[in-house]
Amino acid sequence: MPRQKIVDMSVDWLSILDPEGNVDKNLEPDLDKGTLEKFYRTMVLTRMFDDKALKLQRQGRMLTYGSSLGQEATAVGSAFAMKPDDWFFPAFREHGVQIARGIPLKLLYIYWMGSEDANLTLPQKNFTVAIPVSTQVLHAVGAAWAAKLQKQSTASIVYFGDGATSEGDFHEGMNFAGVFKTPTVFICQNNQYAISLPREKQTASKTLAQKALAYGFEGIQVDGNDVLAVYSETLAALEKARSGGGPTMIECVTYRMGAHTTSDDPTKYRKAAEVEEWRKKDPIKRLRMYLEKKGIWDQGREDTLIKEITGEIEKAVEEAESYKPPIENMFKYVYAEMPQHLKEQMDELQGFISKKKGE
Amino acid sequence: MSLAKLNMVQAINLALHQEMEKDPTVLVMGEDVGVDGGVFRVTEGLINKFGSDRVIDTPLAESGIVGTAIGMAVSGLKPVAEIQFEGFSYMTIDQLAAHASRIRYRSRGTYHCPLVIRAPYGGGVRALEHHSEAVSTFYIHIPGLKVVIPSSPYDAKGLLISSIRDPDPVFFFEPKKLYRAFKEEVPEGEYTIPLGTGKKLTEGEDLTLIAWGAMVRVCQEAMEQVKDLSVELIDLRTLSPLDDGVIIDSVKKTGRAVIVHEEPRTLGLGAEIIARINEKALLSLEAPVKRVTGFDIPVPLPKLEDYYLPDAARVADAIKEVAAF
Repeated sequence: MPRQKIVDMSVDWLSILDPEGNVDKNLEPDLDKGTLEKFYRTMVLTRMFDDKALKLQRQGRMLTYGSSLGQEATAVGSAFAMKPDDWFFPAFREHGVQIARGIPLKLLYIYWMGSEDANLTLPQKNFTVAIPVSTQVLHAVGAAWAAKLQKQSTASIVYFGDGATSEGDFHEGMNFAGVFKTPTVFICQNNQYAISLPREKQTASKTLAQKALAYGFEGIQVDGNDVLAVYSETLAALEKARSGGGPTMIECVTYRMGAHTTSDDPTKYRKAAEVEEWRKKDPIKRLRMYLEKKGIWDQGREDTLIKEITGEIEKAVEEAESYKPPIENMFKYVYAEMPQHLKEQMDELQGFISKKKGE
Repeated sequence: MSLAKLNMVQAINLALHQEMEKDPTVLVMGEDVGVDGGVFRVTEGLINKFGSDRVIDTPLAESGIVGTAIGMAVSGLKPVAEIQFEGFSYMTIDQLAAHASRIRYRSRGTYHCPLVIRAPYGGGVRALEHHSEAVSTFYIHIPGLKVVIPSSPYDAKGLLISSIRDPDPVFFFEPKKLYRAFKEEVPEGEYTIPLGTGKKLTEGEDLTLIAWGAMVRVCQEAMEQVKDLSVELIDLRTLSPLDDGVIIDSVKKTGRAVIVHEEPRTLGLGAEIIARINEKALLSLEAPVKRVTGFDIPVPLPKLEDYYLPDAARVADAIKEVAAF
């Protein structure tokens, strides 16, 4: 009756495209020119969307905003691995996924300018933004579980950050997914900070991916600034999920180049040198170098793209800013049928507004 | 329709059987609800009939149960999730307040969440800490969530069927003291009782007595002690949204009211009922409205529990006081 090792677990690391745009030929996914251009375009669009949002916020035209600067490969690579009828559950920094999933820019701006009416025409299977950290993990597991029970071969994919891995709902979600073998892909955007708290103070685990092993399924770490790695791994995990292989957790190691949101100053909790190190690993720059090396991108195409996107964003902002939500929408969507007390409260508010107008 | 004499556990069990039979999207999930049939045997027999894909024994995680049920509900299923005891429901508040209750609102109707949470609640059963609480107040305060509490086997069946068919999330509290307290005739076929409607149990002229859940029985016992008074007893049945019409009509007639609840007094539903009476029937009042409630303390362990819970004597005393004012 010796003492012996009974569990032996390991976590893989995957990187396909290095910061200089060199590709590992053995791992390079077989993507056509159009697809690669779509990846690049969506990543640039995401960055410009974020940049515009920050400017608008500084001018008082947007709510508090969390930019995804630096995390575009994680968002776009994983999003393009999904199918339209896979469920997508975002946290609040998944602008790139939302854009890739075809949610109009105008709607994204309407939401961040301060109206839930953005979701009136939200395309199906795209869930609403979750502000409370990690709560959405359970929803994604439930939705995947429902697909499994209904014998549908679809999966769900959920996004959360490194900080979320300390929350109870993350662990409950991972545990349910493991027990019921739900077709769920967990995308952890490990951007190194939860507001001010660095990753190493969040958990003593060497990787976040290894948490999946404790729940009985595979966890893998990928270079989150490498769109090819994120895409390949998410594609494989989704296919595994849809074909009954159960859940996977993918830890995308990336870096939040900007602040947590427009409300904090990252120079208080991290050094400029660290940010500079990560700037060298920029996800867009490396994809561009890769495309240039393949001869499918050049400065002329870049200029045309920037001009095109600038126009799209300007138009979306203009449309979003002209949207005025009707007051009754505050009351209308609380229940399927408006109960008496809400009718009374709505009448009270509207009566007061008319009275003031009359004065 | 044929009738059977059932207690509340049997009536709820029958409702679950019938709704699961009728609608293949209905499923039951929770701790020990399958093989064990639930710690109060409310879900007994379901797993044999419907299998473990529709009667799911979950890991021990209340937020996990409700959170995954939300994901199922937005995906076209109708989960009926059991929380084993009300004192463990606090872990569900985040998922209910932050998500289930506002999915329709936040998504502007793109998604909705037809989910039922069932939990036994209340005292008088000589239980451990956290097993004797009345916690509806927390949930009433969540816009978008409905809160239902039956007081009889007949109502339990009809209200649960309505809750399962409701397109919005419902917290369905079951008065555990009444689970096996009495039997009454319950139709064997399906029937519904509309949510958001209170019910006048007796007609009266002198005073309006308002209660729900286990306190309805206590009020009926109290009325035996004040037979010289004509008391109109109202069972609210749904606490949110509140049917204030039935209360206001009655108070306008009687001019006097006593509200009885097991929940702690401060900000309990009694406070809101008094506010509504003040807004809509103040000039009909002949006396200040009185509350007989749990005190603003944690529910004591059984040695002192009887002093905490409103009983027939306290209720009768309040009725006499208000009637004599």
